[in-house]
Amino acid sequence: MSLTVAFAALATGIVVWFIIVRRLTTRSWEVQGVGPDVPGSPTRLGSAKVGLYGFLAVVTSLFALFLSAYYMRMGYGHGADAPAPTDWNAIRDPGVLWINTALLVLASIAMQWTRTAAARGEMPRTAAGLLVAGALTVGFLSGQVIAWRALDGSGYFTPSNPAAAFFVLLTAVHGLHLIGGLFVWLRTAVRLRTRRTELIDVLRSIELCAVYWHYLLLVWLVLFAVLLAT
Amino acid sequence: MAYVAIADADHEHAGHEPKSFVTRYIWSQDHKIIAIQYTITAIAIGLVALVLSVLMRLQLGFPDYFSFITPEDYYQYITMHGMIMVIYLLTALFLGGFGNLLIPLMCGARDMVFPYMNMLSYWVYLLAVLVLVASFFVPGGPTGAGWTLYPPQAILEGTPGATWGIILMLVSLAIFIVAFTMGGLNYVTTILQARCRGMTLMRMPLSVWGIFMATVLGLLAFPALFVSAIMMLLDQIVGTSFFMPAISSLGESTNHSGGSPLLFQHLFWFFGHPEVYIVALPAFGIVSDLLSTHARRNIFGYRMMVWAIVAIGTLSFVVWAHHMYISGMNPYFGFFFATTTLIIAVPTAIKVYNWVLTLWRGDIHLTVPMLFAIGFIFTFVNGGLTGLFLGNVTVDVPLSATYFVVAHFHMVMGVSPILVVFGAIYHWYPKVTGRMLNDTLGRIHFWLTFLGTYAIYLPMHYLGIMGVPRRYYAYSDAIDFIPPSAHTLNAWISTAAVFVAVVQLIFLYNLVVSLFRGQPAGGNPWRATTLEWRTPDTPPKHGNWGPQLPVVYRWAYDYSVPGAPEDFVPQDVPPGDPRAGNAPAGRDHGSAA
Repeated sequence: MSLTVAFAALATGIVVWFIIVRRLTTRSWEVQGVGPDVPGSPTRLGSAKVGLYGFLAVVTSLFALFLSAYYMRMGYGHGADAPAPTDWNAIRDPGVLWINTALLVLASIAMQWTRTAAARGEMPRTAAGLLVAGALTVGFLSGQVIAWRALDGSGYFTPSNPAAAFFVLLTAVHGLHLIGGLFVWLRTAVRLRTRRTELIDVLRSIELCAVYWHYLLLVWLVLFAVLLAT
Repeated sequence: MAYVAIADADHEHAGHEPKSFVTRYIWSQDHKIIAIQYTITAIAIGLVALVLSVLMRLQLGFPDYFSFITPEDYYQYITMHGMIMVIYLLTALFLGGFGNLLIPLMCGARDMVFPYMNMLSYWVYLLAVLVLVASFFVPGGPTGAGWTLYPPQAILEGTPGATWGIILMLVSLAIFIVAFTMGGLNYVTTILQARCRGMTLMRMPLSVWGIFMATVLGLLAFPALFVSAIMMLLDQIVGTSFFMPAISSLGESTNHSGGSPLLFQHLFWFFGHPEVYIVALPAFGIVSDLLSTHARRNIFGYRMMVWAIVAIGTLSFVVWAHHMYISGMNPYFGFFFATTTLIIAVPTAIKVYNWVLTLWRGDIHLTVPMLFAIGFIFTFVNGGLTGLFLGNVTVDVPLSATYFVVAHFHMVMGVSPILVVFGAIYHWYPKVTGRMLNDTLGRIHFWLTFLGTYAIYLPMHYLGIMGVPRRYYAYSDAIDFIPPSAHTLNAWISTAAVFVAVVQLIFLYNLVVSLFRGQPAGGNPWRATTLEWRTPDTPPKHGNWGPQLPVVYRWAYDYSVPGAPEDFVPQDVPPGDPRAGNAPAGRDHGSAA
């Protein structure tokens, strides 16, 4: 659980930062009135972005817990007085994962490119970038399915092998989060195709998509590193 | 810098009031209606859990008379009672019910910032409840694994509901967590972003602070339950061995090997302990507001109260293994978790002192909400003190799995929060319906419930100290360390439990009848300072505030301000207004005299 506790510590750090920055030391019973001298007003980030960051905190907690479970399950039976050898049969990670990783990196870059184009008001580039980012993401997900099949043919793919079970579980949970992102991507792309839509109408969605894609890339890089290292 | 209230900017929908019955009351995106939907659903499923507890107590108190209750039934009742009360009643009611009602009203917002997602949150919660209820009707019935659902027994043959029951329970929990996440993100974002002008964080009522921190805990802790639910589902359905060790069941080897039941316990309690505070923190916040309003006195140590809420929330993530002392752990870990558990008692004790000091020299009105609030302080202190026993490893070990533990957690996170729920309903019912609840019935309800619960749980501590184990279907005479007096005590406890359960009918009757015959409440029957009492209409209409959002000029606890014509100054009264009197800011206005 050390990973999860580390995350909890990070969250605590954020709370302390929040207390300092948001000035929770104010003597509110003494200060009356409104205006710039009254501290602790809402942030200027925008509700959607605050909501997304909140969701990313939830997802971070989820993956931190999955990885904690991964390491704890892997270590089970390794202790000095371990009663039996571990049943953990490390799997050979399919090579296609490298290609998938490259695809997701490119998808993230494309999303950032789209975001920049949208901020500059360049409609054709925005539309093209969004399409490319989505296509690369679909490519990544297809690649993950190919990885599962490759694993299936390798002989390691039995539910009783926790390494294989965790591999499928972690990649599936990550993939499901990407599929969720693709729904928002699809909605944004459809809105962009509507003639009456101005770029300004979808700018916020594109920004949120970009943040989400970068974040899921980061999660995948951590997952991939863990899978490669174990 | 100009400040634009996001509450206004984000809510174009606020001006478009729903016209049809369906959009107004069923597929409603109005936070007040969603709050009512959450509350009714939570109370309904809570009543199921109450009936289950009555059945359990009948079996324990009078084991020879209720032959229709089999041992399997008994375990199913225990499991469903615990899970429903903790998750589907208390969590849903405090956050989905009171959170939805109070956050926008107390913060001066028109609605939640994501109203559509808020609506989805309720309907997904309802789906979770329905899936849970469905488990009563599947072959084998609901799971009887105990509310902690510990593997391996939760999914092994021989445990009631080890096939369909446990699957539906785990699926229902996963759905609940999705619903909670949608709601929780809404509550946090609304509190951070949609407060009206002048409503700084340190001017927020403590109810909102409690709900805010509890939601943060929920958002970070529920994933642990989600992870354990998914992994146990895979163990059950696919045959993985995340939690399942090599084990024989009914004389035959299973396909599992190498899994770790301890891993499940760590994950479960990493969620389970913050869950205590997910229920407790909103109760702490609400009771602070009830005490202050009905004692006509500013809350004592507001800033300390806020910090205590934050500190309790943070510490609640590093105490989980005190639920696992007897599961086996490194003694140094035991020492660590015992220490953190005792440390968390410090901010909690600060809160208790501050509640009592709020009452000190206050102009105490013993209204029904106040009775429940004071009842909460007594009960919480009782439950908290026994927590000090159980937090210490050496004391916990002999008391584990006895009725002492049952009495402790029912006092601290059963009766205490429920008393706050009742107090809060008596307090805010007038705002929701426009009518007062019947005062006499309320007082009868309070005294019978309060004294009745003590009649149940005080003797239970004694049973626990005698070593009477929990989770037993019946105590045969062959268990010679249990004296006959314990059986008599069990009969007494069961009688009291049935009595308290029946008394709740008075409350339900009051809720329904007052809806039609209650005294008209007016806009601010308790003469309170917080914004929800300042809406132009009671019950508040769609969008809450009419054309203009309120502006907040002061904190939420300006009661008995010297020099003010009345004993309360609402938050939206500007300095210099005759209603604020002529007292300078920073005055001492603690005394009601």
